[in-house]
Amino acid sequence: MRSLLRTSATPVWAMLVLGTAASCWLGPAYGSQSGRTLATTTVLTIAFVKVWLVGREFMELRRAPAVLRLLFDGWIVLVYGSLTGIYLAA
Amino acid sequence: MLDRRERRVPGEAGIWVFIFGELLVFGLLFGAFVYQRAERVAVFDEGRRSLDTTLGVLNTLVLLSSSLFVVFGVRAVRDGVSTHGAVFFALAWLCGLAFVLDKFVEYSELTGAGNTPGTNAFFMYFYLLTGIHLLHVVIGMCVLGFLWRKARPAGVRRPDIRALENGASYWHMVELLWLVLFALLYLMG
Repeated sequence: MRSLLRTSATPVWAMLVLGTAASCWLGPAYGSQSGRTLATTTVLTIAFVKVWLVGREFMELRRAPAVLRLLFDGWIVLVYGSLTGIYLAA
Repeated sequence: MLDRRERRVPGEAGIWVFIFGELLVFGLLFGAFVYQRAERVAVFDEGRRSLDTTLGVLNTLVLLSSSLFVVFGVRAVRDGVSTHGAVFFALAWLCGLAFVLDKFVEYSELTGAGNTPGTNAFFMYFYLLTGIHLLHVVIGMCVLGFLWRKARPAGVRRPDIRALENGASYWHMVELLWLVLFALLYLMG
């Protein structure tokens, strides 16, 4: 049981919680327009790093064939790039 | 660095076709939301300020925890620690239930304050996106029930690891979609 809890998933979960806390702290903390833009792009970046961690560690893509990892990472890059691009272009 | 022969697909190839299909659809919905937001920044900002971020954070924490329990459950069955697997899947299911109850509270508060899908574009997207995601959570809870059954002592005599991995991968997908939704709906300014 103890060895089960000591897997790499536990520190990853802690990082995900910390990432959530950091996003919440940043999210409402903006004042000027440039502050808002920086905060939002950082929040989006943290969100997709968290998605990457979930895929890599929880969905076990770290041990998956390259094609599966490439497809997953490709989705992250495509969606993150599109959302950030649309947001910054507005 | 893993040897090529040591690498393996978690679950079956079919579940990954399904997962990537879901990711593509949600990717388009996320894009539509950010595009519409860019057209009506003031409306979307006002809508976001009406949301209770604490409820969103709680939902994020319960889904993150449920995913950890699912990871523990799959590993317990793999390691042959039969009873622990079922306990972890039951805990993950309870987290799913907490998510649904939290959403119910949130919808009640919002509709009570007059914020319905017809109020404006922000709330139309809010209810659409969270509603579709909530449906996935409910389906995921049925999947977790299946995993619990498979992980009970009677089920693990001949453990069907592939079936467990299929269900686990689906639940993790539901969680990662929420991580993006939380950032877009509650924190984007």
